[in-house]
Amino acid sequence: MDGAIAAPRARVRSGSWIALAVVATAALALLGVLLGPVTLSLEQMVTALGEALSGAPPSDRGASAILLQIRLPRVLLGAVVGAGLALSGCALQGVFRNPLADPGLVGVTAGAAVGAVTVIVLGEHLLSGLDEGAVFVLLRPYLLPIAAFLGAGLVTLLIFQLARDGQGRGLSVATLLLAGVAVNAIAAAVIGGLTYVSDDQQLRDLTFWSMGNLGGADWTATLLACAAILLALMGVLRLTRALDLFQIGERAAFHSGVDVERVKWRVGALSALAVGAGTAVAGPIGFIGLVGPHLARLLAGPSHRVIVPLSALMGASLALSSDLFVRLIIPPAEPPIGLATSLIGGPFFLWLLMRRARGGGVA
Amino acid sequence: MGLRCCLTFCAVLSVALLNALPASAAPLDPARLVVIGGDLTEIVYALGAGRQVVGVDTTSNFPPEAAALETVGYMRRLSAEGVLSLEPDLVLAAADAGPDAALAQLRAAGVAIAIGPDNPSPEGVLEKIAFVGDALGREAMADALAQRIQADMGLVRAAVSQLDQPVRAMFILSVRGGALMAAGGGTSADAMITLSGGANAVSGFEGYKPLSAEIAIAAAPEVIIAPAHAAKALGGLEAIKARPELVATPAVETDRVLIMDGMLLLGFGPRTPQAVAELASLLHVDFKLPELTGRLEAN
Repeated sequence: MDGAIAAPRARVRSGSWIALAVVATAALALLGVLLGPVTLSLEQMVTALGEALSGAPPSDRGASAILLQIRLPRVLLGAVVGAGLALSGCALQGVFRNPLADPGLVGVTAGAAVGAVTVIVLGEHLLSGLDEGAVFVLLRPYLLPIAAFLGAGLVTLLIFQLARDGQGRGLSVATLLLAGVAVNAIAAAVIGGLTYVSDDQQLRDLTFWSMGNLGGADWTATLLACAAILLALMGVLRLTRALDLFQIGERAAFHSGVDVERVKWRVGALSALAVGAGTAVAGPIGFIGLVGPHLARLLAGPSHRVIVPLSALMGASLALSSDLFVRLIIPPAEPPIGLATSLIGGPFFLWLLMRRARGGGVA
Repeated sequence: MGLRCCLTFCAVLSVALLNALPASAAPLDPARLVVIGGDLTEIVYALGAGRQVVGVDTTSNFPPEAAALETVGYMRRLSAEGVLSLEPDLVLAAADAGPDAALAQLRAAGVAIAIGPDNPSPEGVLEKIAFVGDALGREAMADALAQRIQADMGLVRAAVSQLDQPVRAMFILSVRGGALMAAGGGTSADAMITLSGGANAVSGFEGYKPLSAEIAIAAAPEVIIAPAHAAKALGGLEAIKARPELVATPAVETDRVLIMDGMLLLGFGPRTPQAVAELASLLHVDFKLPELTGRLEAN
């Protein structure tokens, strides 16, 4: 805890970190729109954007499609997916008081994967009996994200239910972590089984889905993911004081008037919402959920009022820079984004750790 | 009566227009061509349109000129903007090119995409040739190529039918988690083995599946075939022979482990008669290689 005199200074410092992160995220988003394998002039982009806003038909169909159908949704999706991952990582690490907690631990990622892989492998088989109604045709392209989102929610709910102890004393964090490990193992087995029965093309599809990709989402899916993740962000921001109190221990938090059970359930639900939506649309993207909050904590200290938004911004920056990297490194081909999140985030994280370990301090 | 005539005329006109639309979207004899799928790339080159190709996917490794072109990545993991950066007039894509989102984004950007037929068989080769010929406006050349390949296929088939006993062959695609991925029924490898006078030693499953060590020994293949890239990943011919699940098989005991180019063997492109003839002569020592007319060399 900061002393009474140090507090205002710390606040100024953390405020400036957030401002810096906002600038970095915005700059990376702008670069993401400006740069790509196709070189578009500023004039082309302004024209395309102007035509789109005024509702005029595009004069340059290629430039317009690249800007409006490929780059803009992609950059938006990258920012919110990264933010959602780091945000839930931050909340989960706070509740579990465990620096290694990440969204994978409570089953969100595994659940989403089970949903997605089920649709990839058994989709045609399961749906062949259904009639092709109008609603069904409309939903068909979104079947995979819907299943992934439902899978994420259901598996998280299952793990939280399992961790409730019988005596009505609520959730045990230790049981929750162990139940998470077991359910993740079961989910992996289900995925393994589905992988085994898949044919050649399905096998390739599910391999590529599991690598994550921001490029495959249209506006509808992107905006839905945006809405879900913003909702989760607002939810977690309301829990920042409770998360701070959790750091001195669950019992102490309870005595300070925090409804600890409710906070735990909310964090679980909000994580499932944010990570489930992101994974549903972009596939699993590793590392950001774990490292985003650590970066925020290393920079700005322990206060959740600061590190929740800062984590989200770090996650967004990490996702945007990784996506920019994979788009530009070997055009016209594109390696999976998971490679870059670790390649960029890993050394940056290590550098921060080393600086702190040498006692230099970060700020 | 006049109104009715007018309506009929309008209907006919609109149908004609609708039919004309997709064709007009794809320019005949496009100047800049991106080809996704090694089999289609081989056909494009065989039809003499190689100079127009500006980009291919990673499965396009023949002829060597194609392998030297810009690659847009693996055929099922295309990046829409990557393809667009090559400014193609036409994208020729194999049936399993994807993801669908990338293809949709390409169409939205006004790029003409033609999706090829999906049929891994000698008949499929002819369908693919007709498809590429139509798309490039080179129907006459395509007909000639198809006839040559059909004739060659007939020669090879006749030669194969002279063979008496099918040889039990096992095809290894890759290694996954330490286990060999072997070709079961319904795969391109299975079809090629059958065409070449062999019998797939691995039966009981469809597609490519990890093979347990015991099943591999029980299958007792007389010949083991591996594509070149998998052989490399496995550590070479000697490493394959030394694998515990293969060391006791008749194939290793009689030293009949074959390595063949994967695209030649499994691509079902214009080199299929040649591939069948090569495989048949490797499977059967007494196979008489027929004189093929349409043998495609790297040019």
